[in-house]
Amino acid sequence: MASEDIGLMAHLMRRAGFGASREELEARAAKGYEATVEELLNPEAEPVDRYEFLRYHPGFWKPITSPGMGSAAWFHTMLNTQRPLEEKMVLFWHQVFATGQSKIDHWHELITQADMLRDKGMGNYRDLLVTLAKNPAMIYWLDNCDNHGHAVNENWGRELLELFSMGVGNYTETDVREASRAFTGWTIALTPPRGYYNRWDWEFEYIEEDHDDGEKTFLGHTGNFDGEDIIDIIVQQPACHRFIARHLYNFFVADEAQVPAWQTTPPRDPKAIETLAEAFADSHCDMRSTLRVLLLSDFFKAARFAKIKSPAEVVVGLLRLAGGNEFPAPGIGNLAKQPTYMGQELLNPPSVEGWHTGAEWINSGTLMKRVNFAATVLGDLSRPGIQSMLKRLQSQGDLSPEGFVDRCLDLIGPLELQPEVRQRLVEHAGEGGTLSWRTEYDTSSSTKRFGEMLQMIASLREFQYC
Amino acid sequence: MATMEKSPVLVVLQLSGGNDYMNTVIPYNDPLYRDYRPRVAIPEDQLLPLDHDIGLHPSMGPLRDMYTQGKMAIIHGVGYPNSVRSHFRSMDIWHTCEPDKTGTEGWLGLATRELDPRKDNIVTAVSFGPCMFRALSVSGVPVACVDDLETYGLLTGISPEPQRAKILERFAQTYSPLIGKDEVMKYLGSTGLEAMAGADILKVAPQKYASTVKYPETSIAKKLKGIAQIHFADLGSRVYYCDHLGFDTHANQGPVHATLWNDVSQGIEAFFADLHEHDAADNVLMFLFTEFGRRVRDNGSGTDHGAGGVAFAIGDAVKGGQYGEYPSRKPADLTQGDLAPTLDFRGLYATILEDWLHVDPKPIVKGSFEKPRFL
Repeated sequence: MASEDIGLMAHLMRRAGFGASREELEARAAKGYEATVEELLNPEAEPVDRYEFLRYHPGFWKPITSPGMGSAAWFHTMLNTQRPLEEKMVLFWHQVFATGQSKIDHWHELITQADMLRDKGMGNYRDLLVTLAKNPAMIYWLDNCDNHGHAVNENWGRELLELFSMGVGNYTETDVREASRAFTGWTIALTPPRGYYNRWDWEFEYIEEDHDDGEKTFLGHTGNFDGEDIIDIIVQQPACHRFIARHLYNFFVADEAQVPAWQTTPPRDPKAIETLAEAFADSHCDMRSTLRVLLLSDFFKAARFAKIKSPAEVVVGLLRLAGGNEFPAPGIGNLAKQPTYMGQELLNPPSVEGWHTGAEWINSGTLMKRVNFAATVLGDLSRPGIQSMLKRLQSQGDLSPEGFVDRCLDLIGPLELQPEVRQRLVEHAGEGGTLSWRTEYDTSSSTKRFGEMLQMIASLREFQYC
Repeated sequence: MATMEKSPVLVVLQLSGGNDYMNTVIPYNDPLYRDYRPRVAIPEDQLLPLDHDIGLHPSMGPLRDMYTQGKMAIIHGVGYPNSVRSHFRSMDIWHTCEPDKTGTEGWLGLATRELDPRKDNIVTAVSFGPCMFRALSVSGVPVACVDDLETYGLLTGISPEPQRAKILERFAQTYSPLIGKDEVMKYLGSTGLEAMAGADILKVAPQKYASTVKYPETSIAKKLKGIAQIHFADLGSRVYYCDHLGFDTHANQGPVHATLWNDVSQGIEAFFADLHEHDAADNVLMFLFTEFGRRVRDNGSGTDHGAGGVAFAIGDAVKGGQYGEYPSRKPADLTQGDLAPTLDFRGLYATILEDWLHVDPKPIVKGSFEKPRFL
């Protein structure tokens, strides 16, 4: 197996998934890059069975308000899915359409929203927006339930244009007003009052009497528009195509400026944005087609280690690599909170803007959490993924300090290090001499050194990139 | 008691989401107030009057007391020209003092660099919460980011201690700022080293702390307590930053806004009680701000994004009272239905920078602005 193929496949799986073990990389590389992209776009593996999780955690069946536990079911899905791109798209849209428990106070509705993003995230964007506009969690999050024909509430109308489709500078305050009017009457059906332990499911409801059916002028079009008409106008705008292109680039290709800066900061790679925007427009806003263009592009293939991992990518990637948490054992709720400690509380973003990503994920506190968690997981030699890496290392026989470091980097990634950093690891490995498995004593000491080397690699700066 | 002169300390509390000015500092004698806000106006018999014109939100009792004692300044009509109604853009403008382009350098990051140009103390600036604020972010300026002070430490899971020390030494080598292919890599390098050193310094704070003050069980009180602990430990920290979320009251504003101000006011009350108990209040200035005020008219249940807002300065050194001018509520004076700001926030920053932290404000706020004289 050419190591170049493995490196490229590892890149693809880090971006379009949560990384992959050496075994999986080899199997996928044997099938080829294009075939793998196609399989990621149209996965045939069975989706993760939610009931597998609920069987052992019945308390998560429609969880109500239990603090911080609501993302555990999604976390279990991320750990187990064999349809990784589909799951990555849930994270993608969750960042774009950021909706949070802090206000919703109803985990079940957020989980339902995430399920909707999984269901529609790789399909047509226009349909996704319409479904989103009718999603009860979103309606409550941006107060469209308080958007009435006689009293317009602009929250949803504004964020639809600013954060979900076009970005500041591509519409006027009047457009915000007119779009908001078109969504009056799009609300949540009344439910019985909440009890101490239960809340009722929310359902979308359209109330005609509350809808402002008057004439509206939106982005130069005039008519008695309803919400769907507004979305139809939006998805024809070149600004919308560029907006989604920039989001995809920022999430899948390389870190760059975030949404609020797009009006004033040009893209890092304008040609790539053009290519993606064109693919998006030509396919009539089909996400799968646009993703195919992206994943097969040269600019994507060339962007290895050009992104800082998000906390979810750190935690899920480590646990999938090390293995051992596939079964929803007790404690998975706490494990699901790990990204929170690193600054990304899933299903509870800090605001509708989503998280500050890229280098902004990192500060002295969150970096500490990343390093500590990685060291704990990779230092646990009982985990099946670590055992399998150990066996592969052992099969190499005796190894020089250089060979030892390079094999470990290969098994954990392949990870590319700055030469000076690699040299430090080699020096450290050199203190223990040749890695050997000849005697029981050798094996036990080499095993210990292997665990320690993994911990050191996981604490490196380079490990924060994907 | 003979004390060494204490260095001035700034505590910023950011009210994220756009705090509603008109329901925080209420122009209750203006009939327009009730006309504009049939659904969210605070009833006159509930608000806390400060004078004939102005009253505070009913949840702000502890702050009213501070105002009465002359320890709180209310700064009216704060904003900037051509207000942006996007939370994120507006917050960026407040953080970077750059209304016309995307700024990358935070005003307090720049101030921290002036306070400690040689980086002698990596805990000069401390940020509370899992995220760092752009206001503190300047390339090359260390900021200690603390979430939970009790568990702060690097590679604490590795034992025994000599082994951990050895690994930490290697960690320091691999994070060397001399190694780094680009800016982000260098940033990670210095951040890693600061995390390692900062943990050693900050871990003493909760160990040394003792107090009779009971903080409320709220997220903001927890952050303020952490700030107090570090302040008492005398580690040379000068700038603290924290925030409280949820001021985006488009809907159901009545109870939501009341809870927010209840939590903030009681947290601040406990914080200052703790400072006084430790004879550590006189050199602390607290500053509260938000990214914008909210629309003058209510929307039937809450208020939408607006422009001019209100800021507060609290502390023993503050000359209490009201500064600036409450923007006119007359329909003809509103801009797009919002209060037109009467004071540029950069003037407010200039007061804090020049008269409290003793740092030249001009290069930080990028110009000269009218300074409210509350210090």
